[in-house]
Amino acid sequence: MDLFQYDFMIRALIGALVIGLAAPALGIYLVQRRLSLIGDGIGHVALTGVGVGLLLHHSPVISAVIVSALGAVGIELIRQRGRTSGDLALALLFYGGIAGGVVLVGLSDDSSNANLMQYLFGSLITTSPQDVVIIVALGAAVLITMTVFRPALFAVCNDEEYAKVSGLPVRTLNLLMAVTTAVTVTIAMRTVGLLLVSALMVVPVAAAQQVTRGFRSTMALAMLIGLGAAGVGVAVSAEVDTAPGATTVIIALAAFVAIAAGGGAVRALRRRAQHPREVEPPDVVLQG
Amino acid sequence: MHLMTAADVKGAVDVRHLAVGYDGREILHDVSLAVTGGEVVAILGANGSGKSTLIRTILGLVPAARGEIDLFGTAQRKFRDWARVGYVPQRLGAGSGVPATVGEVVASGRLARRGIFRPAGAADKAAVQAALRDVGLLDRIGDPVSTLSGGQQQRTLIARALAGRPDLLVLDEPTAGVDAASQEAFAAALGRFAAGGGTILLVAHELGPLRPLIDRAVVVHEGRIAHEGIPPEPAGHHADPDHDHVHPHAALEKAAICEWAPADRMTAG
Repeated sequence: MDLFQYDFMIRALIGALVIGLAAPALGIYLVQRRLSLIGDGIGHVALTGVGVGLLLHHSPVISAVIVSALGAVGIELIRQRGRTSGDLALALLFYGGIAGGVVLVGLSDDSSNANLMQYLFGSLITTSPQDVVIIVALGAAVLITMTVFRPALFAVCNDEEYAKVSGLPVRTLNLLMAVTTAVTVTIAMRTVGLLLVSALMVVPVAAAQQVTRGFRSTMALAMLIGLGAAGVGVAVSAEVDTAPGATTVIIALAAFVAIAAGGGAVRALRRRAQHPREVEPPDVVLQG
Repeated sequence: MHLMTAADVKGAVDVRHLAVGYDGREILHDVSLAVTGGEVVAILGANGSGKSTLIRTILGLVPAARGEIDLFGTAQRKFRDWARVGYVPQRLGAGSGVPATVGEVVASGRLARRGIFRPAGAADKAAVQAALRDVGLLDRIGDPVSTLSGGQQQRTLIARALAGRPDLLVLDEPTAGVDAASQEAFAAALGRFAAGGGTILLVAHELGPLRPLIDRAVVVHEGRIAHEGIPPEPAGHHADPDHDHVHPHAALEKAAICEWAPADRMTAG
């Protein structure tokens, strides 16, 4: 394809592919824990970090990593402490984050709607070589963390109390997850934007689990779907001149619909072909 | 695995004058309980009696307000050898938004032994298979846990605990709502564990097929230990789904046990 003669397109593609791989590798734990929207919340908080960076004339990516990591740790501490007010506390943090971001970006010298939109919805094409280095390095760190600690993170997300009784450092692992989520959100900011970050973490996982049976296979397939959606998304968006982030998310959603429909059809056919499996008698409830 | 030292035989679990409360309300008052190595102890009681709170406090999931807890002769706060303890919760954790196979869930039971940095090796795989064979679910190792019946899921959880080769099994209402076939498989697996020298502490509402295994029953009533001794003999209709816990025929020595029974319908927590 001719478009990839240009350096900026190559950089855009590399950034997108790294995030396409890393976001679902992390997102699977969030989905498992039924915290699918946490990435979205941390994205809101990251906008304040972008505002801080623009105001201080520093790299917005670095300040966004710091602020969103602080926000993620804060959310995790709230989650660990109380359960009743957690929902409300999260809402306060999220809206504080986005309001703070909009105000701070407005105060900076470089305040324009275009600038804000660049962070909210992604701006892959303006990715600088330095950005690509940061994205690749942090993306690799996220991927390694999620793969090396997969058994431990699976145990914590699957049954936190059991993990505690097993003597696992549950609190540390949770904070590791929080910080990794913040890092992933920030590097994905360039590709899909802060408002669509969560989609790349969650949609490939949702698509994969339509046809998988285990956690490991779901993770592998979700990463493959994320990679594919990111690659195709960049190519299509360049070809038809659409926003790369939104295009990538729509392709991932299309993959979800296709896999869900295909998986459902295969299951229906298999059920018809096979004799019904022998099932255990329904559970007897022994007490009232 | 079940290698007993002198300290173990002295006490796998030693609870002294334990008090536990949530939100200013005290659930357990001055509870003392000792479980020696190799013993099988059942904690019985009505819903809300505090029996689950007792084992959750022993495991460190609920903080103690007062009193002391020792595990294998070490104060629970300083206890680090959690691989020796196998916990079987009431049901599979809430976090199951993503499919997981039976083998993957049971493999979590090896983490206490091998730590979080070392990848699973051949010994881990063998232990997972042995544990699943023990509960009769080896043929389901690659199936998603969500496709299992409630009883099979419960057996998966005991396999997870057994996979870590613990010395002490702590079970929270393991047979609640479990079909008869799974209860039998459950009881058999626990029996083999106990026969190998393992210590068992379980909370139960009904003992069912576990009854022959129990060395000692402890009845918790309103946050105190109301009775301790041989397990109460269930009346014939006790296993009925709608039994009403009225025992006009109960012998005098059992009166203390049955005292707590009418509170059965209370759902204080």
